Amino acid sequence: MSDVIIIGAGPAGLAGAIACAENGLRVTVVDEFIKPGGRLLGQLHQEPSGDWWNGIKEAERLHQNAMNLSVDIRCGVSVYNLEKCSQNWNVHTSIGTLTAPFVLIATGAAEYPVPVPGWTLPGVMSIGAAQVMTNVHRVQVGKKGIIIGANILAFAILNELQLAGINVERIVLPEKNPNSQKAGEPEEVLKSLLHASHLAPSPLLRFGSKFMKKDWIRKMGINFYPKNGIKINGTPLQLRKAALEVIGKDQVEGVRIADTDANGKVIPGTEKIYEADFVCIAGGLYPLAELAAVTGCPFHYVPELGGHVPSHSETMETPLDGLFVAGNITGIESGKIAMAQGITAGLSIAKHAGKGKNNINNKLQQAVQNIRTVRQNAAIQFNPDIDRGRSKMKQIWEDQHNNNNQTQEKIG
Amino acid sequence: MSRILNHPIFGKINDRKQVSFQFDGKTYEAYENETIAAALLANDVRKLRVHEDSGTPRGFYCNIGHCMECRVTVNGQSNTRACLTVVQQDMVVESGKLLPNIIRRMVEEQ
Repeated sequence: MSDVIIIGAGPAGLAGAIACAENGLRVTVVDEFIKPGGRLLGQLHQEPSGDWWNGIKEAERLHQNAMNLSVDIRCGVSVYNLEKCSQNWNVHTSIGTLTAPFVLIATGAAEYPVPVPGWTLPGVMSIGAAQVMTNVHRVQVGKKGIIIGANILAFAILNELQLAGINVERIVLPEKNPNSQKAGEPEEVLKSLLHASHLAPSPLLRFGSKFMKKDWIRKMGINFYPKNGIKINGTPLQLRKAALEVIGKDQVEGVRIADTDANGKVIPGTEKIYEADFVCIAGGLYPLAELAAVTGCPFHYVPELGGHVPSHSETMETPLDGLFVAGNITGIESGKIAMAQGITAGLSIAKHAGKGKNNINNKLQQAVQNIRTVRQNAAIQFNPDIDRGRSKMKQIWEDQHNNNNQTQEKIG
Repeated sequence: MSRILNHPIFGKINDRKQVSFQFDGKTYEAYENETIAAALLANDVRKLRVHEDSGTPRGFYCNIGHCMECRVTVNGQSNTRACLTVVQQDMVVESGKLLPNIIRRMVEEQ
């Protein structure tokens, strides 16, 4: 039997596994994907230093470290339920039920879908799917693509597709409707892109930031945004065009696109069909938290963190005994933050398990501080208000924790 | 679609072992340790199934196991995700098919 079961072999899960194992705990890591690394596997971008951040190499490094510490890593295993039974957690998986006193949920994020008519056609995929196909499987997703949705993730992956020689013809917005919400409003999209660049003139978005750093774009605003868009390393970003429908018989053949006004309203008579054999939908990320939900862990809605997140402390504990969380399940941030959170969760588990002796508290405090440092040094934020989101969660946790103590004192 | 054998940062891919498998009765070549979804795309096959009720075509969407859009039958096991299943030599993969809609038939017969 293991002391700790970790769900997810991404940056948070593997870093957590290493921290647990270094403190003498026996660890099992399960993951659905065919190999460890999680979404590190697709990542490829240039750091401010000019060095390349190669997620595959990072994943290999973490995997090797974990293996050296005898961590049991099981890939291709799905977890479908999680329940507490007396002192232990039962983790129900596709290879049977695993049991341990501690569980770390590090399931990461999923992509918000933006339904567009015709989006079920083969050849339409999430932007992350294109990233995995390109960088992990090394198979071309198509010859001629259109990205629907303009956000940080879309730019980062556009860059990766271009590096691999994949032709993306244009980036357009989804049609403005209750599904697309702000992602379909040119003014809002431009504002969020400018906001991101203001906080982080980022090499991660080498091409995007060139566009965003142009002062005249800020000043003229969306009203005078060029109809044919502004090129990002050759791919026009067309904030004043909206995708109305993906067309094709058995697979994608094109996208019906129209010009829009500054509010995203379609201008009648401007519709045109643009040929394409693949379409990427970029809706952004949300914490993948179903497994925390089935445990009964309380949740809070914190938009700055990407949506509903399980209640958690700065040391990555949840209110449920023996249940910990780390990585994007706690809020959408970079893989580096996920690693720092994973280390924190691992030390936190070690502390609860009575391991690590006297200096465990110091180590844990250093790890919490390290998360903040990594965040401050981040080249780009998925959400520019991430600090506010983290503070909100911290406040909620402290309020509840203090209330609980007071209630217990009263009862006592 | 062709494979990305040369990449400016990741480098070259060579010497990968090939395996063959069947999809809807036809034989395809895949690389070892490759998913069904990737192998089929590399063979220009995007359509993995039809919707069980409407019959409209479907392919992979999220490519990492979240959306269940790429479900196929693998060696007799239905609802298997093509994006998470590694091709094995002589694996038999069947696309998802149209299923009888019992409720609709009941309504029609009334």
